[in-house]
Amino acid sequence: MNNQLKIEMAALAENVSLARVVATAFIAPLDPSVGEISDIKTAVSEAVTNAIIHGYGGNTGTVALDLFNNGREITIVISDEGVGIEDIASAREPLFTTKPDMERSGLGFTVMESFMDSVHVISTPGGGTRVTMHKKLGEHSKNE
Amino acid sequence: MGIQLDIQGRVMVATLEGELDHHQAERLRPQLDTAFENSPCKHLVLDMGEVSFMDSSGIGMIIGRYKNAEKRGGQLTLACMNSSLAKLFEFSGLQKIVHSTATVSDAIAKMEGGK
Repeated sequence: MNNQLKIEMAALAENVSLARVVATAFIAPLDPSVGEISDIKTAVSEAVTNAIIHGYGGNTGTVALDLFNNGREITIVISDEGVGIEDIASAREPLFTTKPDMERSGLGFTVMESFMDSVHVISTPGGGTRVTMHKKLGEHSKNE
Repeated sequence: MGIQLDIQGRVMVATLEGELDHHQAERLRPQLDTAFENSPCKHLVLDMGEVSFMDSSGIGMIIGRYKNAEKRGGQLTLACMNSSLAKLFEFSGLQKIVHSTATVSDAIAKMEGGK
């Protein structure tokens, strides 16, 4: 069974939990393991938080969450029209952060890369950022 | 996110409840810091038993509270983490500087041992 869902949300910190709930509900019919649910929730939380904090930096804007599945292959796209990333390679380095004063750990991209099978980032300074993540769910029972 | 504070000697135990993301960390931080600064405590225990989710914003919050305890000559210990939280905690490398224990009483005993 293939499916897709798109939502757009205001770039507000309180909407990150909503994005997690939507992603969890989208994958639920595929009977993911508890660990897979946790990994996907965490990766979505990181990407949406980045869009809100770094993409818009407190300014108004919209974050889009696109979810697709092709069988057990999950694709998640988080996109914004914020300030973009000047140097994607540096941003993906562990512990790199432009906002240490906000107690940002600089682990967002590293977590996404570790918890998902692949993470692809396209960004245009001044034009926004698009993060595409893939994960293939294992063939296991729900209660495993 | 809910927070409940309890002082046992030089140890403040903060019991957290809910999802620890950027939004909740921002709300939690001032409450926790004000209470800790106004207390006689030098050590801080975060009881994570009722925290159902945490992302790297939670790791940032933990690093900040570790620094606060260290400024007072104390330590930070995390207690009762579930497997998802423990995975992120270990992934972050924080276990090299922040202790974790299975129970709050283990955390208090560890810290009181260090006075």
